[in-house]
Amino acid sequence: MFAALTSANPHVDFLAISPEIALIATVMVVLIADMILPERSAWQTSRIASIGVLVSLAWVAVIAFRDPIAPMFGGSYAIDDYALVLKGFFLVATYVTILLSVDYIAEGDYYQGEFYFLLLCSVLGMTVMASARDLITLFVALETISIPTYVLAGYRKHDRRSNEGAIKYYLIGAISSAVMLYGMSMIFGLTGETNLAAISAKIGTLPDSKVLALGVFLSLLGFAFKVSAVPFHWWAPDTYEGAPTPVTAFLSVASKAGGFVAMLNIVFFGFGLQPSLWWLIIWVGAALSMTLGNLSALRQTNIVRMLAYSSVAQGGFMLVPFAAFGLAQSHGDAAVARGAMRSVIVYLLVYGAMNLGAFACIIAVARRTQSGEISSFSGLFQHSPVITVMMTIFLASLAGIPPFAGWFAKFTMFQSIIEAGGGWGVTLGVVAGVNSVIAAYYYLNVVRSMWFRPAADDARPVQVTGALGASLAVCVGLVMVVGVYPSFFGDMAEAAAKVLG
Amino acid sequence: MMLNQFLLLSAFLFGTGIYGVITRKHTVLVLASIELMLVAVNINLVAFGATLNNAVGQVFALFVLAIAAAEVGVGLAIVLLIYRNLRSANPDDVNVLKG
Repeated sequence: MFAALTSANPHVDFLAISPEIALIATVMVVLIADMILPERSAWQTSRIASIGVLVSLAWVAVIAFRDPIAPMFGGSYAIDDYALVLKGFFLVATYVTILLSVDYIAEGDYYQGEFYFLLLCSVLGMTVMASARDLITLFVALETISIPTYVLAGYRKHDRRSNEGAIKYYLIGAISSAVMLYGMSMIFGLTGETNLAAISAKIGTLPDSKVLALGVFLSLLGFAFKVSAVPFHWWAPDTYEGAPTPVTAFLSVASKAGGFVAMLNIVFFGFGLQPSLWWLIIWVGAALSMTLGNLSALRQTNIVRMLAYSSVAQGGFMLVPFAAFGLAQSHGDAAVARGAMRSVIVYLLVYGAMNLGAFACIIAVARRTQSGEISSFSGLFQHSPVITVMMTIFLASLAGIPPFAGWFAKFTMFQSIIEAGGGWGVTLGVVAGVNSVIAAYYYLNVVRSMWFRPAADDARPVQVTGALGASLAVCVGLVMVVGVYPSFFGDMAEAAAKVLG
Repeated sequence: MMLNQFLLLSAFLFGTGIYGVITRKHTVLVLASIELMLVAVNINLVAFGATLNNAVGQVFALFVLAIAAAEVGVGLAIVLLIYRNLRSANPDDVNVLKG
């Protein structure tokens, strides 16, 4: 009996999954350390968590220099350049989030060990998501990302706004999972497969059935909730305002990117050969997300809500290359399809750096002003010039103004949709262009009020703690370097997009 | 095999779940409706798995069950937290955020 079991054991390359193993070990150490450590040194758990993330990142780098590794677990877990680039991105984004959280969580009346425990569990889901090539793995990874963030969103336990944000986020997340699963069950029923490569091979040969169209539509609908695309975006501003600000930064960057990677996997590796089923859905979602996100952001007075709507709009920009991929696949243009994947990855990486940076500035300023209103940024330049310059860099980058990294993300996005061409492609390009202008207005409005409006009476300068300063340095560095030398991210995304063949 | 009957039952349950999510006021009832949707998914998966003679369907259903249990645990915890703060679990009373 045991002989039979050993022969059936799958080959597992432990080096290939060492980033995940490192994260799991850290998760356990954090949980145990939190029980052992006395209350006053509970902040040490943040140090353990950040070291664990860096160790995991080091393993990703080690694997990147090894020979290519064959997919494991029956083809459901791939470790290729695509997976490694995204794992690296998730781990760096988490490291920055931990730096943002250290002082915020230690100064507020929060449980500290559990905070980092939940954060690391969510990241574990993201690293698995980057490798997931199977519907079951994809679903488990998506839930591992989501469930800890439901708790994190409600981490300000005695604040009614946080309670409300958490319950809205939870209900939307649970409903979207159920809808997505119903779609996946239909895809499984029609193809008899859960592996994305096998689904892709079968889906092109299936007759054009309504059931298949419904399955694809429902699973995409589920992802639309996760990436807060219009019309399922309304939870985002409430949840972002209610959650502790470092959690908001995490939700708007890492967790949203997790949803996008899930969508990349299923659309690019699973449904690629049947573009007629889904490209129009994504086209409409992209156009609506950009337009409604930006128009709602225009009239916000709270900066966190403004960035929430801005992240809905940025999500719309990230959906544009998906539509370009669909158009390219329908005329069978492999080079443009690869370009579309490259442009999604570039946009994710750049958006992560600039949005985390903007949230770092907001946390720094709110530490003194205790306010999230845009008016509290008035006259910031007069007493805190350094933080003003940094916030200006991040907002200009979000608006897509050279020489900051945002222009490169926007550039590759426009390139992909124009290359896909046709009337639909150009129309979406024009919608994106108009929206870039609207977005620039509200980003630069904040810049204007920081530089030119009179300051409030309280003119004490904003103090930046060591950890916040480090996270700002990382983000500013990335935004400046990529803006001037775009092939730094461009080459990584190029290598990742090669998996499309 | 009576695949169609199973699929109709599952579609009916899924529809009931969606209806409940939209119309019910009480958060716990919304949670119950979500469970109904997940049951529909499981019936689909098991029925397809049995018809195709493919064990993956049953395995997928087990994963869905396990994760749904974890998810509903977190959901009830959030509902309990809100109940402690507000003495109510009616979504209409939870409405401080606007805009």
